[in-house]
Amino acid sequence: MRLRYLLPAAALVGLVVLFAAGLHHDPHEVPSPLIGKPAPAFSLGLLGEPAKRYTADDLKGRPVLVNFFASWCAACEVEQDYLMQLAAQGVEIVGVDYKDSDEDASRWLARHGNPYRSVITDPQGAAGLDWGVYGAPETFVLNAAGTIVYKQIGPLDDAVWRTRIAPLMERGS
Amino acid sequence: MSVGLRRGLRLLLAMLLLAPAVVRAQDRAPPPDPAHLTADEQQRYDSLIHELRCLVCQNETIGDSQAPLAADLRNQVHAQLAAGRSDVEIKRYLTDRYGDFVLYRPPFKAKTWLLWAGPFLVLLIALVVALRYARARRHHETPVLVDNEALLRLIGSERQSESEDRPQGPPA
Repeated sequence: MRLRYLLPAAALVGLVVLFAAGLHHDPHEVPSPLIGKPAPAFSLGLLGEPAKRYTADDLKGRPVLVNFFASWCAACEVEQDYLMQLAAQGVEIVGVDYKDSDEDASRWLARHGNPYRSVITDPQGAAGLDWGVYGAPETFVLNAAGTIVYKQIGPLDDAVWRTRIAPLMERGS
Repeated sequence: MSVGLRRGLRLLLAMLLLAPAVVRAQDRAPPPDPAHLTADEQQRYDSLIHELRCLVCQNETIGDSQAPLAADLRNQVHAQLAAGRSDVEIKRYLTDRYGDFVLYRPPFKAKTWLLWAGPFLVLLIALVVALRYARARRHHETPVLVDNEALLRLIGSERQSESEDRPQGPPA
């Protein structure tokens, strides 16, 4: 009976495909349950203007990138060049200074460039917790309705922008 | 300086230089939560923090991990227990933000059924295969490994030729 030999062979091929796919899967990229949901509410001060309040409502009305960064975050330095390019192209990026001090953040932005339309300060990481952030950098893509459509864990680069985010931004605008 | 010591120091230096590139940066631990827990709440706190995964160092619970995020999550669990929230509510608070991955024992649902049922399915398949194999063997007639008659004949002829070869007395 041919099936006796074909079945185990098919099972083996299936396993190999499964494991090969697994090799390309980064376990550190935990899928966010917030995709497709409205941006979590917050009300936080702005860098340099602590008296002003910035809320989730202020993110509505146009597609926006919300980028969690910090002066203590090494990978953020890698990402900053690319964010500067995006900002120069007219992409609106709102920064969230995650678990950081205002002085450190100002100094860091002066050194590495400031691509942000606004910088929200989240010194305790409270907004970070509500947004499911577990490191920096993390970037959320919001459509005009203020719904999270994509989350990038780790530095954003041209490949991610072109393949993942740009199509969503076009649809959302 | 011994060779071993020097090698150790060089390794340490390499690790220190690589660490910022490999590890996504984390901040210092926040201050501990001052709210006091009752004995019962403390017990629930201890069991909860050992069921929740730290997302930075993924093979540790937030109870074991030294990562600042784990400290934040512990404080969050602590504060919510002190505020009278139930275990289910606290777990939901975390899964709403971080997904089921934060639970060491994920719930049984459409996305996770294979995770839970998989081992039992494989066991079932193995049992079925083993049973079918055993039954197929029983129905087969046991193949004759040794043909007794042929063997006896062979032995008989061996003996005969042996006795013929044996030196005998001169013919009478």
